[in-house]
Amino acid sequence: MTAQLAEDLAAREVTDPILTFTDVHLSFAGVKAVNGISFEVGMRELFAIIGPNGAGKTSVFNVLSGVYRPDAGRVVFNGVDIIGVRPHRIAAMGMSRTFQNIELFANLTVLDNLMLGRHNHLKYGAASAFAWLGRARNAELANRAVAEDIVDFLELEQWRFYPVGLLPYGVQKRVELGRALAMEPKLLLLDEPVAGMNLEETEDMARFILDIRDELDIPMIMVEHDMGLVMDLADRIMAVDFGKAIATGTPTEVQNHPDVIHAYLGEEES
Amino acid sequence: MTETSTRFKSRTKRPSGRPELYTSYSQHLRMLNTRPKFVSVTAIVAVAALLPWVFDDQTLSLLGLGLAASIGAIGLNLVTGYAGQVSLGHAFFLAIGAYTAAALSGDPEDNELIGFGVTNVVVWLLAAGLVAAFFGVIVAPLATRLRGLYLAIVTLGLVFIGEHIFKEWPELTGGPGVGRPGPVPELFGVGLNTPGDFLTAEQKLYLLMLVTLIIFALLARNLVRSKVGRAFAAIRDRDIAAEVIGVNLTRYKVLAFAVSSFFAGVAGALLYTITGFIEPSSFNLLLSVQYIAMVLIGGVATISGSILGAMFITLIPALTRQLPNVAPFISGDATKAFNVFQLETVLYGLLIIGFLIFEPRGLFGIWIRIRNYWKAWPFTY
Repeated sequence: MTAQLAEDLAAREVTDPILTFTDVHLSFAGVKAVNGISFEVGMRELFAIIGPNGAGKTSVFNVLSGVYRPDAGRVVFNGVDIIGVRPHRIAAMGMSRTFQNIELFANLTVLDNLMLGRHNHLKYGAASAFAWLGRARNAELANRAVAEDIVDFLELEQWRFYPVGLLPYGVQKRVELGRALAMEPKLLLLDEPVAGMNLEETEDMARFILDIRDELDIPMIMVEHDMGLVMDLADRIMAVDFGKAIATGTPTEVQNHPDVIHAYLGEEES
Repeated sequence: MTETSTRFKSRTKRPSGRPELYTSYSQHLRMLNTRPKFVSVTAIVAVAALLPWVFDDQTLSLLGLGLAASIGAIGLNLVTGYAGQVSLGHAFFLAIGAYTAAALSGDPEDNELIGFGVTNVVVWLLAAGLVAAFFGVIVAPLATRLRGLYLAIVTLGLVFIGEHIFKEWPELTGGPGVGRPGPVPELFGVGLNTPGDFLTAEQKLYLLMLVTLIIFALLARNLVRSKVGRAFAAIRDRDIAAEVIGVNLTRYKVLAFAVSSFFAGVAGALLYTITGFIEPSSFNLLLSVQYIAMVLIGGVATISGSILGAMFITLIPALTRQLPNVAPFISGDATKAFNVFQLETVLYGLLIIGFLIFEPRGLFGIWIRIRNYWKAWPFTY
């Protein structure tokens, strides 16, 4: 690690957090999916959440993007409390996400999916859409250029006009990342970006994630089971189990934390 | 983005012999973005515009009905094909349009029927669309709470409520078995449903339908290639993902119903200028099913498919009514055991099932197959 990079990392700690997640509780009937989790994500941070299946990682994402409304707690994103705000409003504030099981618009082409990511950036109404004159047409052209830049960034050129339902799984994952990026997010949530991918696809995705952090400067929260990827990429990691945060810190700290080892490997018989 | 300037240029020359090579986004985003598309669409419109001088009046009436029904089918395709909100209530919105237009253009001297004497076709056509759209907006909130089969059942309820009201409101509808005259079309003092010096009533009405259809087809095509159309498709394919990327579900569902009902209202108003008579019991479930059939047979989520489907369904009766001459066991008499009217009803069902199983993309899909075959000819792929 160069001195410059260490300085950068230190600087990241000081800046105001883009997201503060404070003591959030969410339960489904008797099941406490999120039981008092708190964390902060810095302006230039890649924050990872790990934990066994059913630990509540995706529930945290669903609280963040407004799909679930928590029973208690506070979530402040970019200075605004977003509890109870509808998902499309939260999206407009600059939070975008990908899904664990791909949630693309299967009948639409790659380009249309990316253009849907631009939805909030296309500032025209239904009346201009009917006429397709000046306003709507110019907005479509300008945003098409942005979508094409994302096509270049994620190397999707050859798939542009294919309906996404026909594409290989790894490419679909990339298109979904592209759709989230097209929103020009202030915070990007990645739900298992490399789940089910082979080594080559995983490495491609890792490269894209690093590019997003270093070139586009977008803070990210990543949920992932691939420990190699998480330990290599993340600035800080939070481990959760049964809806509770059991450890938060740098990759090395979390890796060696007794509770994390316990959650993953179980108790040693004595 | 150094090459931004050329990426946007619209007047750059297209290289010849490479129909799918685009050198700017505006070339690609054009509605008819290849020469064959441009030539064929121009040719179809030109032929359609010349038909009044080719066919006899009876055929023109039938084709006019098909053109008017096309507008309604496009409307249903917007809400069901594009936005994925299954609506069986289309007959209700057609009725709202038909009665709004008939009442506005009706004879104010008539003591038994509501009439305001506004015969300007543009005025009552817009009014028919707007009133229908208003009812669409009222119904739309149901779609924000229900989806799939449940929404279909609730919209089905609309048809029955509508049928009941139309039967029990003789001042507006004339009552069952009596009915009322259809809307009176007039433009700049020229009656469009009366024979003139140069054109017969059927020729004028046909041209009215053609012009209106072209306008509405263009509007619909613009809508579906815009952010609104994409938002509709997003709601159809994955509604939760659509919301998470910033699509306001409530707003776009309401918009889908409003636009769809507007188209249905306009179609309803036009249809009954041709028949010249509105019978309140004709706005039943079968009418809704016919429109579903148009969409499914023509091609879900395509504008040109909607027109194909509407023409197809409208022209079926003309063909089946010829059947008794060929196949004597089918009766042309509605009181006999197996008649052409029963056959038609069965045929709608069979066609829907057949298309769903063998060609889910409808007539439009068949066209795509033919096109792809000839694109690659003489190779197989």
